[in-house]
Amino acid sequence: MTKEFETVIGLEVHVELATATKIFCGCSTAFGGRPNSHTCPVCTGMPGTLPVLNRRVLEHAVAVGLAANCEITRHSQFDRKNYFYPDNPQNYQISQLYLPICRDGYVEIDTPEGEKRIGIHEIHMEEDAGKLIHDEWEEGTLVDYNRSGVPLIEIVSEPDMRNAGEVIAFLEKLRLIIQYLGASDCKLQEGSMRADVNLSVREKGAAPGTRTEMKNLSSFRAITKAIESERERQIDLICAGGAVTQETRRWDEAKGTSFSMRSKEDARDYRYFPDPDLPPVHISDEMLEEIRSRLPEFRTEKMRRYREEYDIPEYDIEIITGSKHMADLFEATVALGSQPKKVSNWLMVETLRLLKEKELDPEDIRFSPSHLAALIDLVEKRTINFTVAKEIFEVMFEEDVDPERYVEEKGLKMVSDQDALRKVVEEVIASNPQSVEDYRGGKERALGYLVGQTMKAMKGKADPACAGRLLKELL
Amino acid sequence: MDLLSLTAVELGTAIQQGQTTAREAIEAVLKQIDKTEEILHCYISIDRKKALEEAEGVQRKIEAGELSGPLAGVPAAVKDNLCTEGMLTTCASRMLGNFVPGYSAEAVLNLKRAGAVLVGKTNMDEFAMGSTTETSAFGPTRNPRDPERVPGGSSGGSAAAVAAGECFFALGSDTGGSIRQPAAYCGVVGIKPTYGTVSRYGLVAYGSSLDQVGPLGRTVEDCAVVLEAIATHDRKDSTSLAREDTDFSSALEENVKGMRIGIPRDYFGPGLNGEVKSAVLAAAKRLAAEGAWVEEFDLGLTEYAVPAYYTIASAEASSNLERFDGVKYGYRAEGGGSLHEMYKKTRSQGFGPEVKRRIMLGSFVLSAGYYDAYYRKALRVKAMIRRAFDEAFARYDCILGPVTPDTAPRLGESLADPLKMYLGDIYTIAANLAGLPAISLPCGKNGAGLPIGLQLTGDCFQEKKLIRAAYTYEQAVKKGGQTGDEGI
Repeated sequence: MTKEFETVIGLEVHVELATATKIFCGCSTAFGGRPNSHTCPVCTGMPGTLPVLNRRVLEHAVAVGLAANCEITRHSQFDRKNYFYPDNPQNYQISQLYLPICRDGYVEIDTPEGEKRIGIHEIHMEEDAGKLIHDEWEEGTLVDYNRSGVPLIEIVSEPDMRNAGEVIAFLEKLRLIIQYLGASDCKLQEGSMRADVNLSVREKGAAPGTRTEMKNLSSFRAITKAIESERERQIDLICAGGAVTQETRRWDEAKGTSFSMRSKEDARDYRYFPDPDLPPVHISDEMLEEIRSRLPEFRTEKMRRYREEYDIPEYDIEIITGSKHMADLFEATVALGSQPKKVSNWLMVETLRLLKEKELDPEDIRFSPSHLAALIDLVEKRTINFTVAKEIFEVMFEEDVDPERYVEEKGLKMVSDQDALRKVVEEVIASNPQSVEDYRGGKERALGYLVGQTMKAMKGKADPACAGRLLKELL
Repeated sequence: MDLLSLTAVELGTAIQQGQTTAREAIEAVLKQIDKTEEILHCYISIDRKKALEEAEGVQRKIEAGELSGPLAGVPAAVKDNLCTEGMLTTCASRMLGNFVPGYSAEAVLNLKRAGAVLVGKTNMDEFAMGSTTETSAFGPTRNPRDPERVPGGSSGGSAAAVAAGECFFALGSDTGGSIRQPAAYCGVVGIKPTYGTVSRYGLVAYGSSLDQVGPLGRTVEDCAVVLEAIATHDRKDSTSLAREDTDFSSALEENVKGMRIGIPRDYFGPGLNGEVKSAVLAAAKRLAAEGAWVEEFDLGLTEYAVPAYYTIASAEASSNLERFDGVKYGYRAEGGGSLHEMYKKTRSQGFGPEVKRRIMLGSFVLSAGYYDAYYRKALRVKAMIRRAFDEAFARYDCILGPVTPDTAPRLGESLADPLKMYLGDIYTIAANLAGLPAISLPCGKNGAGLPIGLQLTGDCFQEKKLIRAAYTYEQAVKKGGQTGDEGI
């Protein structure tokens, strides 16, 4: 008899906040940079230095909490999590255990069975660690503290998810909320969003089973595969009469399997205690109201408004609002006077094609609304034809060039001068006697070839319709 | 002019008036150091060349009219747990034996802004853990009043340097009495300010919620003036307070009329040396004679202060000292091995026994299963002690008592019995737990000629009341000569 199992999944999601400076000092959070170039005595744990909380971190954390329907802890506090490792210069991480900034929230996700509420247990603020670089030539290890002190929030969900689809939907929802707030760009690949998966299985209706925690999941694909693999592993264990061990496992994406990192027995004792260097954080009524009043229009409301304001297809609305950056771009371009449908078309066709080709996220789009509006205008006024517009768009996508100046500099304007066109058409007729003969013999297709030759000779700058008319006239 | 007989403020005035120079002052101090330092060992490092250069620089500024404060040109010493840019800062530990910070503590910067000339870095108990300055990795400091005795601790080097004329005033730090107790043993004045009054930035942390930087000087006036110079709001320290009442020298007046002074009976029970007791009670009588209204009362909870203190301070220390791991700076043990072995060897060799004892105690009270029973309970005791003081300060302007149960012990007597040494902190610790200001000043000597300290503790932000009472007492003794057991 086969047993029926249910999977129970909870997530711990780390999100790097998009602040200009670190959580407890004034160093830049910019990605990259020479090792240890974004550091100071505070974020390298020098003796006698002290942390000072960056207010923006607090504001972002509260905003995410409000957007995720959380209760905001009015007297919150930071705690030290003590453990020795060289990426952590103080050998303790400043985090929140006893009084996290947000608690008891939820977000709603769409599932095949309808809308579902996923509980948020808590959201807390903490600092990121540095990076160890193993030098294979010197057989030594070097430490780069550029990431040390970069602000993070950790969002801990309730164990409310039952499959990978719900997990992805939950993460997508969180990502959208946080992107809309401008609190983070939430890129899994670059590590600005990281999710650890807590998973257990149980026979339908039975008490919850022992859970494992899966780390090192750097894409939605990896998360999906890891969930399926871990679910199978646990069910196999139970069916073989074994038991699941409470442990932390590391996902190996290349091998498509996971390995045990440490079990509960060697779980560390972090000796958490309130950080005496940071006074309790008080959120006043005024501050809370100010943050609440600054909350942006989120996706659901935005979609509703788009349906009312713009005559574009539902599918377009879904894609455009699926990225805050794209929605901003869309709205800004329309605000410059471009027709919504035209803007949407450029985003849906050419933009999505190039994003896919270059394996980029909508968040990476670099061209500006004014340049897209100018390009649309150039086509509109028939200054350039659509083929040329697409070529310019590709350059714009890469370098955000000004299309008007680009057309000017490269001499890409459509030649509307009839005399010049007539001269080229005459040359094409003269040098393609066979096609001319074919056309006159009734082969309509030959005309297309001659138009093509004309366009080629004009370096694409002719209006193909005009060229066709002229050819017919002269033949 | 015998410069060494002057107080810091007198010297500063003489420099301003052109009667002497910053250079002559530092030379006088260096000459005294040549005479006594070999025996006393007040300093861990002295940079003569730099001190002379600094004195010259300050003198030029004084002459140009750019520096006119009472501390300009006055030679000062700084405890070696306060970071000094480009100067060795060891915390008297092998662990930081080679550590030269790239930044200065805010308190040190404030002293420099006032024009003080830094003589050197004073000896202390390792990482400020100890009550005798004997736990220093660089050898003990001796008490200038009797070189067979300890100067107290942990700011023993600072107190001894002031007492011996090896500087005109010094900075110390006080986590559980570390300024006041050595001040009492060496016969000088020391102030532990309200928590948050002096920035902790650049003070190598021991017990972060208790640590305060403060002055040690020969007179109440010197201490008030130095405290005024170092008390600033600092955005780099989240526990630093923005106070507008830091004009402490304005409280230097002889007037205690109507001041209500409470004497906790709890402080005068068994364990208090008879000579210390009579000297302190005589001091209370003198303040009463000056017009203060003095009465005894029961403070309560006194016996819980020491265990609560050692639980909290050790817990914080166990975490604060984690950064000393051989990875980034300071000592690293030889002989490779795994990362874990490197940590273990470095910390085993780098820390002395008293530091290890407190790290172990602190790690234990924070560990899973013991947190509630020890650390959390200690925090509750701390809150209760604070409430007991709140009740007391509803009735009294300040609380008067001894600084220590006895006078300075002989070298080697204390370390053998750490528990006894810890109990010696019984009168000083409560002020740290409650964040209160307290001053320690001399109130006579015992039969053997050893100094006895008087402690006045005030409510938060009431340093001025303490300074006024202490100044009144000090001046009364000066004028009235000795009466009974007291006197300086």
